[in-house]
Amino acid sequence: MVEFVWAFLIGGGMCALAQLVADLTPLTPAHTMVLFVILGAVAAGLGLYDPLVRWAGAGASVPLPGFGNVLVRGIFTEVAQRGPFGLMTGGLTASAAGLTMAILFAALAALVARPKG
Amino acid sequence: MGRLRANPDQQRAFRRLVGRHAPPAPLLRNLALAFVVGGSICAVGQIFMNGFLGRGLPPERAGAMTAVVVVLIGATLTAFGLYDEIVRLAGMGGALPISGFSNAVAAPAMEYRREGWVFGVGAKMFTVAGPVIAFGLLASLAIGAVYVVLGLPLPK
Repeated sequence: MVEFVWAFLIGGGMCALAQLVADLTPLTPAHTMVLFVILGAVAAGLGLYDPLVRWAGAGASVPLPGFGNVLVRGIFTEVAQRGPFGLMTGGLTASAAGLTMAILFAALAALVARPKG
Repeated sequence: MGRLRANPDQQRAFRRLVGRHAPPAPLLRNLALAFVVGGSICAVGQIFMNGFLGRGLPPERAGAMTAVVVVLIGATLTAFGLYDEIVRLAGMGGALPISGFSNAVAAPAMEYRREGWVFGVGAKMFTVAGPVIAFGLLASLAIGAVYVVLGLPLPK
């Protein structure tokens, strides 16, 4: 049960932090999304993000910094396995499932649904 | 005749009364909504994460599958016109979770279908997702390159 509390608190905390950035700086929501992916990648590069994922589960992996973490972890994994070639393959390999399905579901939504108004 | 002046006690009471009835500061309201809605989406994600881990998936696979499920939920709510309302209400609480990324892909895909499948759906679905993917990849590539060039031990 406690993992739900941490997922809620950490995930909610990241969203509130992003809201603070969006409200107090000239950055648009899209800029803020890009910024937080980069922040997640940097945190992963410092080895800080994976402990957060182990601790907060979906609270760390579902927000966009978790996407930056997946990219960096994927690169680390493939560099360890195949050397520098992994720099070019690891990011997209690790994030392929989410990206592929986001594109599929968007195409299906465009096929069957009409935008409101 | 002197101006009528409330004594300090009355002034304090007046400020308390106004404070109780004034709408909360928009910033605090925005932060609270982003926190509660974003946290709730993550808690829903945790239900699926637990399910995948319980079926014996390794943590990285369970995380990827959780992302896929949350992406599916985001795209479905977008198709019904509901996710745009969540973002309107909760701001980054709706946009920052991966369901918000999914919404950013699906909403323009639906909106621009009238401009055709190639330049409408195919191109416009990346209006926001494109920068997110591009700069995410560039950042992760740069970080990986630092480790490779300097020969640093990779964080395990």
